[in-house]
Amino acid sequence: MSDLELSNRAVSGRALPRPPRVGTMLALAFVAYLIVATAWPAVLQPYDPDAIAPRDAFDPPSPAHWFGTDESGRDVYSRVVEGTAASLLIGVSATAIGLALGLLLGALAGLGGRVLDFAVGRVNEVLFAFPGILLALLIIVLWGPGPVTATIAVGLSTAPGYARIIRGELVRVRGSSYVEAARVLGHGRGRVLLRHILPNALAPITVLATLGIGQAVVWASALSYLGLGAQPPAAEWGAMLAAGRTYITTAWWLTVFPGLMIVLTTITTTVLGRVLAARDGAAR
Amino acid sequence: MSAGTAALSPPRTDGPGPVLEVTGLSISFSEGRRRRDVVHDIDLAVAPGRCVAVVGESGSGKSVTARALLGLAGRTARVHAERLSVAGADLRNADERAWRRVRGASAGLVLQDALVSLDPLRTIGREIADPLRIHLRMPPAEARARALELLELVGMPHPALAIDRRSGELSGGMRQRALIAAALALDPPLLIADEPTTALDVGVQARVLGLLEEARDRGTGVLLISHDLAVVSRVADHVVVLHDGRVVEQGPAAEILGAPRHPITRALIAAVPTDVPRGEALSRAAAADPEPPVAPSAPSADGTAAAGGRRPVEAAPAEAPPMSADPRVARDAEAPVLEGFGLAKSFGSGATAVHAVADASFRLHRGRTLGLVGESGSGKSTLARLVLGLTPPDAGEVRLDGGAWSTLVERDRRPLRPRIGAVYQDALGSFDPRWSVRRILRDALGAARMPASDAAVAALLEQVHLSPELAARHPLALSGGQRQRVAIARALAGSPGILVCDEPVSALDATVQARVLDLFDELQRKHGLAILLISHDLGVIRHMSDTIAVMRSGRIIEQGDADRVFTSPQHEATAALIRDSPRLVPRAPGTNR
Repeated sequence: MSDLELSNRAVSGRALPRPPRVGTMLALAFVAYLIVATAWPAVLQPYDPDAIAPRDAFDPPSPAHWFGTDESGRDVYSRVVEGTAASLLIGVSATAIGLALGLLLGALAGLGGRVLDFAVGRVNEVLFAFPGILLALLIIVLWGPGPVTATIAVGLSTAPGYARIIRGELVRVRGSSYVEAARVLGHGRGRVLLRHILPNALAPITVLATLGIGQAVVWASALSYLGLGAQPPAAEWGAMLAAGRTYITTAWWLTVFPGLMIVLTTITTTVLGRVLAARDGAAR
Repeated sequence: MSAGTAALSPPRTDGPGPVLEVTGLSISFSEGRRRRDVVHDIDLAVAPGRCVAVVGESGSGKSVTARALLGLAGRTARVHAERLSVAGADLRNADERAWRRVRGASAGLVLQDALVSLDPLRTIGREIADPLRIHLRMPPAEARARALELLELVGMPHPALAIDRRSGELSGGMRQRALIAAALALDPPLLIADEPTTALDVGVQARVLGLLEEARDRGTGVLLISHDLAVVSRVADHVVVLHDGRVVEQGPAAEILGAPRHPITRALIAAVPTDVPRGEALSRAAAADPEPPVAPSAPSADGTAAAGGRRPVEAAPAEAPPMSADPRVARDAEAPVLEGFGLAKSFGSGATAVHAVADASFRLHRGRTLGLVGESGSGKSTLARLVLGLTPPDAGEVRLDGGAWSTLVERDRRPLRPRIGAVYQDALGSFDPRWSVRRILRDALGAARMPASDAAVAALLEQVHLSPELAARHPLALSGGQRQRVAIARALAGSPGILVCDEPVSALDATVQARVLDLFDELQRKHGLAILLISHDLGVIRHMSDTIAVMRSGRIIEQGDADRVFTSPQHEATAALIRDSPRLVPRAPGTNR
């Protein structure tokens, strides 16, 4: 059997790229919707989200008000759209903060030698001992509530997880035989780091970050719900949930629709994260 | 096919009825909506006290046949046979319960990788006792006693201690013995061994083969699946050659191995490097170049068969000085391109320190091959890392082209790195998983400050006899042989004077291995390459090397001219290594050595 025959089999044996599935398409469509809602909320808003109309208070969902109206007669759908920017901004920037810090700590531990690895490892273990949300609460207690603090708090409390995974990936790739092969070819340290170690170590991290955005949105909303993030007059999903809680028995739409948005956002990032993970897995 | 038709009748079975009888066995797998046939119409029969070997390259259908005989071919497999009986039981339409009665009781199975075949969380005593308790409902104490007996039977060192160990705490050879003990627990009339010695050192391999022979001599029918004809020639009475799921030839071992008729069989036998002298092409396609390596000339592209490429004796290099004691440099006109003096490297410290390499000295000349052989853990790979400048020696020095190498700081060594190319066992693992062949080769050319053009990439691929079209492919889409060729092309990118090859063909099929070895030979002649070849396979070492260094526990215990080492080994361990290496020696049928 010749090498060529074997290779033909290897090629045909590989799964051809499948067309994107329905779930992926829906997730992408929802992401597009979220982007429009963030950048040009007015396009999607039938009413002014802050316009008060006391006569229309507590209208249930209807063709005029898709998601109903709240206690001041404001259109819930318009407010949910308005809140997208705040919620997503908190989610994305919290993930970015967590990732940046995790990258720094992970790189120190994974590339900085034994002493740094040990030090970062122990700090991480201390941080891991507390549940993330508790850590976030602690930070808010220290710095006072508000959307910025909530963002930083969520970011900081996700950092140890990222740091640990990034460290593990860096150590794995650094010890791989292709990195050794690159050294034997005569490539310098910096080049090996940029060409081999970072791209291969960070590819799985993009998947993780995508999954992390959904998680961060949930956490940020939870903090806002507790009154520690965005404050009530602002249209933010968590804050809307908190405001609607009072009327949950009489006006379910005040809590269900913002909650639904949080759930959909999380599901979407999870679906996309898994698609990325599958593509990443197929590439190696 | 026609050449083998005369021998296609089922093997002669004498004495009591066969323990395994299969006729017209076909296996296909469903792949999506299509069905792929992997085995076509195979006949097999194993009589008690006989060993039948099924040989063939990977992908020929050997392993799936073995599994189908135990009902383990998998859910997507469709197995069809006109006749399929193990120890007299008809298993054509057997359900899972019927198969379970067969497995262990009527047929024992020994797999290649004992590490994954044994449950890491259970002691081997329990693994061995399992079949006794399941099939015989033996009480635990009795089963344990029997397990101990079995471990003694398979020659497990310290069986009373080993019985309470888990697979992770045992060496490869000990695990394989535990697995054989488990397969023999119920004294099944049929033992199926699928590549039972492939991952083992020769010494352990010899002992495991000895166990199979003992089982056979006790009256067990043995079905041996192997790609290694040397192993087969030692234990098999009858050989079945598979190719693409079909039997191309079968008959008594002596006949098949001594006078093969089918081209596939001939290619398999020719590819066994053991007794082919230095310089002779192993694969039929490649031609040997009769020119001495110092006067390079390209072999003709049409592959004219230049017979007997053995090098003139006068041109052979001086025997490398045995250790540092005898510096007879004068016999060689040229200075060595690579030298090691009293190299030592240990890991850990204090009482637990492991001396991976201790006081190793060697010399490598232009156009010559130094074969480094030894069992796993003898320090071969550490020595390779020292030579490649990947780890600094604790003592001693490596000198490159008469200049400093191991004493250089990395910054000064880096520009010299293109002078030494490296080829690894796992070619795929040595490529960045995101890169195409083109990018891999361009990167290597760039590292050597060569123009990284598409033409240069194509030239490199041509040197290793690969089509330039492969440049666009990803290594995942290449066969094992092609991957290793790409790895060699990468090693050649900087026009090195030296190649360090660490087990370069161990992961390849015999015929692919033969072609890759021929490629090394051709490149050596063309470029005057000095090759440091590391292998556990004495056949490969003997075929390729001018001088041989034998390593054991970190020391080079013997070093010298290849023929001298093989004909009159000075060290007892070398002699044992040579004695234990399976050689392709057809036995007379039916004789039990």
